[in-house]
Amino acid sequence: MTTIAATGTDLHAHDHHDADHKPGFFARWFMSTNHKDIGTLYLIFAICAGIIGGGISGLMRLELAAPGIQYLQGWASMMAGKEASLDEAYHMWNVLITAHGLIMVFFMVMPALIGGFGNWFVPLMIGAPDMAFPRMNNISFWLTVVAFIMLLGSSFVPGGTGLGAGTGWTVYAPLSTSGSVGPAVDMAIFSLHLAGAASILGAINFITTIFNMRAPGMTLHKMPLFVWSVLVTAFLLLLALPVLAAAITMLLVDRNFGGAFFDASAGGDPVLYQHLFWFFGHPEVYIMILPGFGIISQIVATFSRKPVFGYLGMAYAMVAIGVVGFVVWAHHMFTTGMSVDMKMYFTAATMVIAVPTGIKIFSWIATMWGGSVSFKTPMVWAMGFIFMFTVGGVTGVVLANGGLDDNLHDTYYVVAHFHYVLSLGAVFSLFAGFYYWFGKMSGRHLNEFLGHLHFWIFFIGVNVLFFPMHFLGNSGMPRRYPDYPEAFAYWNGVASFGYAIMAVGVLIFFVNVIWSLVAGRRAEDNYWGEGATTLEWTLTSPPPYHQFETLPVIK
Amino acid sequence: MAISNAKTGFLAAALAVSMVGVGFAAVPLYRLFCQVTGFGGTTMRVDAAQAATVAVTNKTMVIRFDANQRGGLPWEFKPERPTDTVSIGAKDMSIFLAKNLSNEPVTGTATFNVTPELAGKYFNKIQCFCFTEQTLKPGEQVRMPVLYYVDPKIMTDPNTKDIEEITLSYTFYPVEKPNTVDQAVN
Repeated sequence: MTTIAATGTDLHAHDHHDADHKPGFFARWFMSTNHKDIGTLYLIFAICAGIIGGGISGLMRLELAAPGIQYLQGWASMMAGKEASLDEAYHMWNVLITAHGLIMVFFMVMPALIGGFGNWFVPLMIGAPDMAFPRMNNISFWLTVVAFIMLLGSSFVPGGTGLGAGTGWTVYAPLSTSGSVGPAVDMAIFSLHLAGAASILGAINFITTIFNMRAPGMTLHKMPLFVWSVLVTAFLLLLALPVLAAAITMLLVDRNFGGAFFDASAGGDPVLYQHLFWFFGHPEVYIMILPGFGIISQIVATFSRKPVFGYLGMAYAMVAIGVVGFVVWAHHMFTTGMSVDMKMYFTAATMVIAVPTGIKIFSWIATMWGGSVSFKTPMVWAMGFIFMFTVGGVTGVVLANGGLDDNLHDTYYVVAHFHYVLSLGAVFSLFAGFYYWFGKMSGRHLNEFLGHLHFWIFFIGVNVLFFPMHFLGNSGMPRRYPDYPEAFAYWNGVASFGYAIMAVGVLIFFVNVIWSLVAGRRAEDNYWGEGATTLEWTLTSPPPYHQFETLPVIK
Repeated sequence: MAISNAKTGFLAAALAVSMVGVGFAAVPLYRLFCQVTGFGGTTMRVDAAQAATVAVTNKTMVIRFDANQRGGLPWEFKPERPTDTVSIGAKDMSIFLAKNLSNEPVTGTATFNVTPELAGKYFNKIQCFCFTEQTLKPGEQVRMPVLYYVDPKIMTDPNTKDIEEITLSYTFYPVEKPNTVDQAVN
């Protein structure tokens, strides 16, 4: 990746204006086969889903701000259109946590990182005119939309004690089988089927594009790290999602057709569901973070004005994380009754993942070391990412211990851990990528001052929000409850206050985006200067509707 | 271009489809895994000839018997004796009593396991009533025997040598044709 010059003049010559012919509005946005337009659609979709998923977490922090049940019963009554019982209110809580988890995982982080930035920049970075299967790309996007509507719709139909699917994002049996009567859980499962199918089609598309459509001279070992990260992610999707599809299909059979895959009374085993789910679920967490790793690698190299330190080590560290990620799943199940030997294996295997992850962290730091670092908005987000992800990684090493996990399992310590790696890891990388590429995508600059302000308010907000959860978890506060004893009140109050700070940061982000789209300064071709060496910077901002009609040659 | 897009796409799709197969294959494989390793407290089944070859030791083990019914089964179900103290390696017969308390015939089926779960590997059943459908007429009472022994290897396995007490638990469920979701409504 280091050998690609960003001079660009020779590449521009063939971008004739007839390559910029765009179809009409409806055909362009609803029947799109253009990777950049589909990427834009994915990003808009992810932002909408993020507002809904983030709004739901706001409701949860509001209820959790003080001990006792304050608002939950009122919300449940509002949803049901009649006075809701306390049990229905508790069910409402389960629906909220389920929706928050599923929306953020399947409809915010994945569409934004893979569908959004992946679609936009993988073809640009490897010098391809478009994705390998442009129509399939369109199917992927619209399946995701339908899946999202299906999930939202499930909140308005009966799901057991009240309206909606209240199973948690893990959909564990028997709560999801005999414990949730009504169509809500079926709808949520179908939604996962559709979202999974969309992601598998997307993964096939990325693999084919990356393997077959690289520009002449763009060998695998010259590919930008973001492309590497999407390639590894696509393989994880391809291997993990079908197992989830199988597991939730078995749930449907158990629910509707008298099956007994997970029904102990007929010789099934609910623990089998957990094995299947986490065989998918653990690679899934790497699916959410690996593209973020790729984005951070591009940004750190750009703003240090140095090629990334240890390129091959960085690429193969991601491959290693992907491979080892498939053999550690039972560390989510330490309390289901395992022998000491099994716990030892899953503890050790989990800790092994800290090695390639450490390679990445240290290589980013080594890239910055001695570099001519400029603290532009994407770079501060990237540095925020490295710091936050390291905190989340350290608590991950703590939780990897089978012995400690007996104590910490299903406490707020776990909630703090996975929000540090996802809410602060994946989301920071999303914002970093957005600030990095927004000018390239829209042709307008975002405001630097507002970007920095957004970063600092968001950074302080999320830390005030999530750091106290470590204390709550260590003192034994369990996950997934709408209420807690007086002893946990202080840090819960602080956490809810942190949410409010974070929300202000997000508002600044939207002000920045809207202001920039309307009145932002026009972006040059390569507005980050000599540090930005990948192929997208050789094109105009925004790139022509069809790029690379004559393939660029990489020396 | 060495390989066409269609071919690469097809290979990737085949990989995804085969992973669906792996997902479903996990069900029989998991059952097999539990039966072979005793994972999750799955007990071992042996025949009488094999049982005869086991040497009886002079160390004893307390076996507790636990009986439950679920899903509204109108039965009284209990062990004849709550505990037995047996020599490790020696065969022992224990009796469970089931009585139909309702006014109509009811069919039930039982599942079982042992705790500590690690002991499942060494808890050998020669004869039992698990997963056989049992129909009881109104007021009828049956005695259901379990013939078992504890494998002496339990004393040498570092994971299990501290175990001094094993609980054998049976749970009877009603056998009904409707699906599980409907049962939960009732």
